[in-house]
Amino acid sequence: MSKGEIVLGALAPHPPHVVYAENPDQNEPVSEGGWETLRWGYHRLARKLETIDYDVMVVFTPHWQTYVGTHFLGVPRFSSKSVDPVFPNIFRYNYDLEVDVDLSEAMCKAASDAGLITRMMRNPDFRVDYGTITSCHMMNPRWDKPIITISSNRNTHYYSPEVMIEQALALGRACRTAIEESGKRVVLVSSHSLSHRHFVTESPLPEDMSKEHIYNHSQYVWDMALIDLFRQGKMREAIDIMPEFTEQTIAETEGGGLVWMMGAMGMPEYPAEIYGYQSVIGTGNCIAAWVPQPDKREIVL
Amino acid sequence: MDHDIIQFGLYVPPHPHPLLSPGASEGYQRLRDAFDTCRERIENSDADLIIVYSTTWPSIIGHQFQANPNSEWVHVDDDFHYLGSMPYSFTMDSVFAEACVEKAKERGLQARTVNYDAFPIDTGSITALSLLNPENRIPATIVSSNMYANRSETIVLGKAIRDALTEEKRKAVVVVVSSLSNRMFTEPIDPSKDRIHSQKDDDWNRKILEFFEDGRLEDLSQLSREIHGQIRVQKVVAYKPAWWMASTMGQHNNYEGEVLSYEALNGSGGAVIQLTPSVGSIGDKEFDEDDVEYYRGDRNVLDQGGV
Repeated sequence: MSKGEIVLGALAPHPPHVVYAENPDQNEPVSEGGWETLRWGYHRLARKLETIDYDVMVVFTPHWQTYVGTHFLGVPRFSSKSVDPVFPNIFRYNYDLEVDVDLSEAMCKAASDAGLITRMMRNPDFRVDYGTITSCHMMNPRWDKPIITISSNRNTHYYSPEVMIEQALALGRACRTAIEESGKRVVLVSSHSLSHRHFVTESPLPEDMSKEHIYNHSQYVWDMALIDLFRQGKMREAIDIMPEFTEQTIAETEGGGLVWMMGAMGMPEYPAEIYGYQSVIGTGNCIAAWVPQPDKREIVL
Repeated sequence: MDHDIIQFGLYVPPHPHPLLSPGASEGYQRLRDAFDTCRERIENSDADLIIVYSTTWPSIIGHQFQANPNSEWVHVDDDFHYLGSMPYSFTMDSVFAEACVEKAKERGLQARTVNYDAFPIDTGSITALSLLNPENRIPATIVSSNMYANRSETIVLGKAIRDALTEEKRKAVVVVVSSLSNRMFTEPIDPSKDRIHSQKDDDWNRKILEFFEDGRLEDLSQLSREIHGQIRVQKVVAYKPAWWMASTMGQHNNYEGEVLSYEALNGSGGAVIQLTPSVGSIGDKEFDEDDVEYYRGDRNVLDQGGV
């Protein structure tokens, strides 16, 4: 068996608005569009993924929040409806997805061997979170690859951003070990926004783009500072400023997704591909990808 | 007088253990017994409505009220999925939920009802309603906890719900779903050896319980920020349940309090507490605990020689 590898890692924000704007058959509400900068960026990333050979998508989501360790999906198939508890008016999505339980168990064991608290989620009634569904739908709308979801352990709140970073890096390294031993080709997905301050009101028409903008200029400046590091391939520095970034922008990076992915990918020193940046209900959302194989990298934006 | 719009208030924990695994520890069973006692008391009351304020239903777009007349699904907790599934079928009072939204808007709040098939009702609300109102004898509504709301917004929310109760001439049991200290153990534990995470958390919890037992709801409301700083993991901006409970039930200390149970739930402080509005306790806690709705003048305590 050949050595498994990570073929791409993506920062893939999951505001349900982008699925709502796409009007897929699976989602009940109907829109007139909106958030095209993000959606078109996702379309381009999805097209790139169609040219890459991979076996499974592994998603780290902040919307499966666990306090007792890190949990991994452990049921082969989930078929249900996901209703966003915050935006139920725009996201009621019927999903039917497969899970690579073998790799999920291997990652769970590797993380446990590394000293982390872990648990497999075996309850077939469990509803897969809308963060996973949104990111996966936008990256692979055909849903023709199995996925794995990893929960977000709430270290930032319970301890500190520094503790979260140490544990997320360890989790990433463990996942990489399991992937390499599996022989599989894997796409990693860090499913979250950057700055994460929301507006607390909503337009009568949620997709009214004349009302959409970043919550405040500070959030924008911080988002741009981080994206600039992405572009320069300075991910060590990006992780180093993560506690400050997270605190200043109440960023969704607090869940550990990007740090986990960087830990798994060995802290890339090459430029990320930037596919788009746009605000959604005030939050800052960047689609970016890190591609380990040099001849597969491109300058997108 | 509108004092009978609130039959009584309950403060209950959000964790699923009393519903799914009461036999796993003596403490969980005592919490379950306390829930059962409260269920009987609701059945024996004149209540025609249950209002649940759940700290495990966060909202962003203002305040959401559950209004699906028959909310039905099978829920699984994010952390405690191995304890089992939580099927539910709840009767919601959609008319009252709409009234709450109307009153909230009149007081300047952003609010809306949610009425969608498969809407994910949260673990805390499911636990509370399954144990307190298992046969759906009384319709309910659930109100979310806005993650950005702080003191004034939360208090105004409670007042808006009180407005709706008064106008609709309803008799409600108010249920707050929240831990006291909310720090859980971050490693798996033996449930039979569950305990409060730290001595400090336990000390603060017991002090809070003293206030509840004395019926000092408004005093607890005033202490919310201190409680948040001392024993709450900083997941949200503030400890809001006492603000909401006080403004919904009445911002004073004239309650009869009863702590039915206080136990650890994976390290957090879980308590089942009842507060019943009282008409006779004005002035018997502090010398200036007079009616805060209508000023009735100086009571001349010195002249009466009763200091």
